[in-house]
Amino acid sequence: METVAITVVGQDRPGIVAAVTGALADLNGNIEDSSMTLLRGSFAWMLVVAVPVDQTAVVAALSEVRELGLSIDVVALPDTQAVVTSPTHAVAVHGADRPGIVAAVTEVIAKRGGNITDLSTRLSGPLYVMAADVSLPTGVEVQLQSELTQVAELLDVEVAVHKIDIAEGF
Amino acid sequence: MSATGVPFWSEVCLPAGQVRQTVQAPDHVLSTQCRSADPRDPAVIQLAADLLATMYGAPGCVGLAANQVGVDLAVFSMDVSDHPKTRTCHGPFVIVNPQIVDSSRNEKAREGCLSVPDFTGDVKRGTRLTVSGQLPQTGVAVSFSTDAFEARAIAHEVDHLNGLLFLDQVAGPHAIHVRQTYL
Repeated sequence: METVAITVVGQDRPGIVAAVTGALADLNGNIEDSSMTLLRGSFAWMLVVAVPVDQTAVVAALSEVRELGLSIDVVALPDTQAVVTSPTHAVAVHGADRPGIVAAVTEVIAKRGGNITDLSTRLSGPLYVMAADVSLPTGVEVQLQSELTQVAELLDVEVAVHKIDIAEGF
Repeated sequence: MSATGVPFWSEVCLPAGQVRQTVQAPDHVLSTQCRSADPRDPAVIQLAADLLATMYGAPGCVGLAANQVGVDLAVFSMDVSDHPKTRTCHGPFVIVNPQIVDSSRNEKAREGCLSVPDFTGDVKRGTRLTVSGQLPQTGVAVSFSTDAFEARAIAHEVDHLNGLLFLDQVAGPHAIHVRQTYL
């Protein structure tokens, strides 16, 4: 079995997910993780799929989907074990839109050894919002909060960092 | 009898409990609507004792539904006494045939579950809740109100007895999160 990452981007319309998953099912492909959303009205989807064929065959199987006007990319993934780290903190940013917000905030997170496990940004009119789940090393929360506050002041946005509490044991 | 009118389980003479094997998704029993139980049935009384024993035997476990040990009967155990997020607390107790009669002040929180060890999910539940049911062995009807962590825990357990996992209740497709796991 091969593992491939497939990205599908293009103008949204009904039937895209059905067409892609139908083609993959015909290959006996098994969709593992995937995430799809509409970005500024465009369809955007990333899938990790286990397939009993090679990357070229997957590309060929999706040719009809391409005819729907979608951009499709298929990348073979290496057969190595990956550790998925659990997020420890949530970071939320909002303010007047301007270039560089995500770059500045994520640079701070990266310098403190944080790993972003989930990220979403949205723009509506002049309002920009960003929400991220971050896996932080132990003991950096206070410094991170301070450094993000400084960056937020420079960018004239609001930032909040809070620990992710999980209600569990049942 | 506690001040809140719910007898502690220790006042109900349960037999010694045995630790049972817990089940994980995708086991079908977790998606099964559990049947009403006779609180005076010796098998149900033993189940109650075993749920408590299994719960206390699992580190961090504060609630356990019968179908989480593979039994499709409407019984769950709980003890949130030592949890830092607990405000009102009625534990420890076992309740048979529970029904949530009122729930309000919904809040979203990230939940985990013993039966779904690899994921957490963002779920909206009431922070105020009233539950009714019966105590095992005596069959005495009980009804009590609670809040905060105990309310969420009870709602989570009643969901189990209705064949629902937190995965069935998550707030949207991007509300499921992967725990640390090796792929």
